[in-house]
Amino acid sequence: MSDPVSALGDANFEGFAAVHERGPLGMISLRAKSDVKGLAKAIKAAVGTPVPAPRRIVVKGEKAAGWMSPDEYILILPYDGTAAAMAAIADAMGSDHHLAAVVSDARAVFDVTGPKADQVLRKLMPVDFAALAPGELRRTRAAQVAAAVWAVDTGFRVVCFRSVAGYMMGLLSHSAKPGTELA
Amino acid sequence: MSTRLAKGGRLIDRSAAVEFTFNGRRLQGYVGDTLASALMANDQMLVGRSFKYHRPRGLVASGAEEPNALVNLGTGARLEPNARATTTEVFDGLSASSQNHWPSLEFDVGVINNAIARFLPAGFYYKTFIHPRAAWKHVFEPFIRQSAGLGKAPKEGDADSYEHAYAFCDILIAGGGVAGLQAALIAASSGSRVMVLEQNAHWGGRAPVDGDVIGGVPAADWISDTIAVLGQMDNVTLRARCMVAGSYDHGYVLADEKVADHTPGDGRPKHRLWRIRAGRIISATGALERPLAFAGNDIPGVMLASAVRDYVVNHGVSPGDRTVVVTNNDDGYRTAIALRSVGLEVPLIVDARAEVTGELPARARALGIRITAGRAIVKVKGGKRVTGVCIGLQAGEGAVLEEVVCDAVAMSGGWSPVVHLFSHCGGKLIWDEDQAHFRPDAERAPTNQDGAAMVFAAGAANGALQGDLAMADAARVAGIVVQAAGRTSTAVAASAAPTPEAAMEPVWVMPQGAGPKLRMKMWLDFQNDVKVSDVQLAAREGYASVEHTKRYTTLGMATDQGKLSNINGLAVLAQALNDKIPNVGTTTFRPPYTPVPLGALAGESRGEIFQPLRRTPMHGWHEAAGAYLEPVGLWRRAYCYPRGGESHSEAVHREILNTRANVGLLDASTLGKIIVKGPDAGRFLDMLYTNVMSTLPVGKCRYGLMCNEQGFLSDDGVVVRLSEDTWLCHTTTGGAERIHGWMEDWLQCEWWDWQVYTANVTEQYAQIAVAGPKARALLEALGGMDVSKDALPFMGFAEGTLAGLPVRVYRISFSGELSYEIAVPASHGLALWEKLVAAGADLGVMPYGTEAMHVMRAEKGFIMMGDETDGTVIPQDLNLGWAISKKKADYLGKRGQERVYLARAERFKLAGFETLDGSVIPDGAYIIAPGVNGNGQRNTQGRVTSTYFSPTLGKGIAMGLITGGLDRLGDVVEFNTIAGGTVAAKVVDPVFYDKEGEKQNV
Repeated sequence: MSDPVSALGDANFEGFAAVHERGPLGMISLRAKSDVKGLAKAIKAAVGTPVPAPRRIVVKGEKAAGWMSPDEYILILPYDGTAAAMAAIADAMGSDHHLAAVVSDARAVFDVTGPKADQVLRKLMPVDFAALAPGELRRTRAAQVAAAVWAVDTGFRVVCFRSVAGYMMGLLSHSAKPGTELA
Repeated sequence: MSTRLAKGGRLIDRSAAVEFTFNGRRLQGYVGDTLASALMANDQMLVGRSFKYHRPRGLVASGAEEPNALVNLGTGARLEPNARATTTEVFDGLSASSQNHWPSLEFDVGVINNAIARFLPAGFYYKTFIHPRAAWKHVFEPFIRQSAGLGKAPKEGDADSYEHAYAFCDILIAGGGVAGLQAALIAASSGSRVMVLEQNAHWGGRAPVDGDVIGGVPAADWISDTIAVLGQMDNVTLRARCMVAGSYDHGYVLADEKVADHTPGDGRPKHRLWRIRAGRIISATGALERPLAFAGNDIPGVMLASAVRDYVVNHGVSPGDRTVVVTNNDDGYRTAIALRSVGLEVPLIVDARAEVTGELPARARALGIRITAGRAIVKVKGGKRVTGVCIGLQAGEGAVLEEVVCDAVAMSGGWSPVVHLFSHCGGKLIWDEDQAHFRPDAERAPTNQDGAAMVFAAGAANGALQGDLAMADAARVAGIVVQAAGRTSTAVAASAAPTPEAAMEPVWVMPQGAGPKLRMKMWLDFQNDVKVSDVQLAAREGYASVEHTKRYTTLGMATDQGKLSNINGLAVLAQALNDKIPNVGTTTFRPPYTPVPLGALAGESRGEIFQPLRRTPMHGWHEAAGAYLEPVGLWRRAYCYPRGGESHSEAVHREILNTRANVGLLDASTLGKIIVKGPDAGRFLDMLYTNVMSTLPVGKCRYGLMCNEQGFLSDDGVVVRLSEDTWLCHTTTGGAERIHGWMEDWLQCEWWDWQVYTANVTEQYAQIAVAGPKARALLEALGGMDVSKDALPFMGFAEGTLAGLPVRVYRISFSGELSYEIAVPASHGLALWEKLVAAGADLGVMPYGTEAMHVMRAEKGFIMMGDETDGTVIPQDLNLGWAISKKKADYLGKRGQERVYLARAERFKLAGFETLDGSVIPDGAYIIAPGVNGNGQRNTQGRVTSTYFSPTLGKGIAMGLITGGLDRLGDVVEFNTIAGGTVAAKVVDPVFYDKEGEKQNV
């Protein structure tokens, strides 16, 4: 089997912040009410984290669980791990009403890093980055497309739909152009 | 003569000379000059021609209110029309040219309008060009458009880039004058997040020019100290060259930052549009001086008194050797004093007030300047430049008592607070009798979502005009704002030394009894050529509302937006209506405060990132293969793949014939794919689709229709039963997001107790249609799963691997051929496509585009959303009754379809059409019927919905809607054509190809 290819094949841009499209990342969209019995067990089994609080993402190594809406979570894990995680979720949820779908290939993931990474995103997202809490996952938009963003060690991770990866790369590169710092 | 003074100019750097050109002439200025000050330093007082009469026009102001000095800035890809010279920083290599004249600024043919000005009164165009009606479009409008307008629109693409930026703060301060800085100190000390935005490149406004003393030191020193303090604070953002354009609901503010206007081509964005959410807004936008209305007040050399001293103090530029000052207030005297203190002559101060007693006049007297009280300028002498003034009684009718030779006139008619930001979002104004201006009414401020005041005016913008009053007012207002934000300020407010001024006296017409001849030369709006006589005429003709008068006379329109002309104009209107000024009121203040370039509004949205372009995983392959792409929503899909010198239609025909004879590949990744799961999923889908989906066996596919509540067709596609409680719904390309939203709407708002979840997995899968008699052979060549008729029958699906890739294969056909649609995770989409192309080489595989797909489905009589449907078509119209369940109690649209109009027999219904001569019916053609309707239009009995040349059948085929539908089989009807005339076509069955469906079911 050939290796999976991300939308832009690990594209990079070096501006006043670095923009890097990450290779394929495993993602599962899990829909269930927060009070469903098997939910905590399912998330624990799939990515090893507790159920994230509203607007939060819990990161554990390469895996993470993010809160997307009152009945939707995003589980992040290595690309090859989704089949096992799906099985674990099905097992844990049992007959509890839920929906789990692999969406790894439906997404594009970008890391925007460097001390001024926030300035790149401040140009594109109506987000108050100064007020972004530790571990907060923001669902927002970047210019004209939907995006999710959260802080990582050296900057931010941005997730959007795969089909607009090229547009997102264009936005991030334009906004990170050297000399265009906001401060 | 205007010229550069030997000394002075606090903003310019005399060691840094720059060269620029004006109308091709090479001139010199200094860093720190505005284009206006640099022009004046080069004795270029004449800067443009007026809009209507093409009168010569000079600089009037020194800031955003300048009405005349609008220039074409730059050339080619950096041409910017209507750039205001007074707010344009000069830089080395700047090139500017004046506007609205032909052939030259000095000699302009259009000035003929001036000679016939008495025949061009207010409303002239409205009155003159109304008859004959047809002439407007063909004669008058083109002519007027030719002569109208100021700058020329750029013809090249903009060489610069732009961007937006979002910001959030607790307190936004618009204006970095001393009042704004005072407010900033207080707001910042409370720990609030504070943004201070200043439209100019320098901070502190005009306090240094006016000689204010703050905290015991000259204003300039206090300003630089304060900026240093604020600059150190983490909770404060300072931005110069950043004009607050407008305030909107919920504390939303737009500001336009001129990042690189003064350094073009340095790689930075030219402008940056700030989109700010502010908790509260302090409007410290200052005040604008008003002109006086006397005859000839538009002759170059007549300027605002404040502007004259700005140029002297800020830029070391003299407007002329001898300047007459005319005023109705004490502030005007500051200009006389400033001129005298740099050694320039002030032959006379003309004061309209009968008594002149203030401290500033006393200082002027002490300098030996002659003051004449109760006097007026009757008229200004000169053409392209002031040569003198005639003096008379302000109380009189214009008899000349004295003539004074001068080359400049500095006028001061009092000051108007800049109320724009306060007013944009509904703040109300009150009329201040003492200062004869409108100022913000804090009791009726624009309010936030919690009903509390949102915009607070401070300093001169709040009517506190003098330095000491402005500082005190700013401190008071900032205290209120900090308190409203629930915080406490620790800063000690600075105070300014008092400079008492005697009362001003409103003067709207000078002299007050001036006759018609003088009034026709008294300009109210310099930019739009509106005079006292025009406003008075409008009043006589019944335009009592200030909003109507504005539009009738063009007073305060265009880039002026009521800055210079507003109060004078409505005061004259009030006089003419014999009413009080507050009763007449103001026109509406609308954003932006000063023009914002379209480039700034567009921001990053241009070129490659003008809008999101959606790409499938195989997009790059299509491009490399030379595909001609067509937009489908935000996707770009391959329309066809021309080879060699093929035309598009030749390519389409080849692709169809090859698919029908061999095998073709279609990138169908854009189709919507929505997973629907849960105990109530079957019941839910039975409501959404017109047919029954709950009975679909696991492993099978079924075509379904969706309607809106009205019963009209909304979307269609193949539904797949994945497991006992899970379905996969395919939608049209354009319907994916819409139908997902539609599902969630019903689930969240109406059937919230049904246990159903949906997930839009459209982009998770690349999908490839493999169609044609050799499709099975191609999949078998890839290997990995059994795709035989028995293992995978028509309308079934199977999961497995092909060429080692994980796939789900659906036996569905939109072409009428043996067809497989293969879904593969998008990350493998290109790999699968390439393997199919490689493995199919011997089988004659070719990709086909959307047009071939369209033609092939039309040959099969399959409908297409958007072709056969247009939002007014129900399934029954398309003979799709077979896809509507008779058993179900309800589905979305059922009730709608039962309404009389939709249920009646005479509706247009689907049929096929074949022209008698084999030609192709034009797109959009109607089927004509005898007679005409009430509008005299030909009656119709239907229309074409899909029409193509079928390469398979070698003739034109069409589908269309016709009264009676298939009951009309065999009838010959007439379609109209674009060329005129009609084409005869026979009503036939819409399935032109393989009516029995044998080819797709092998």
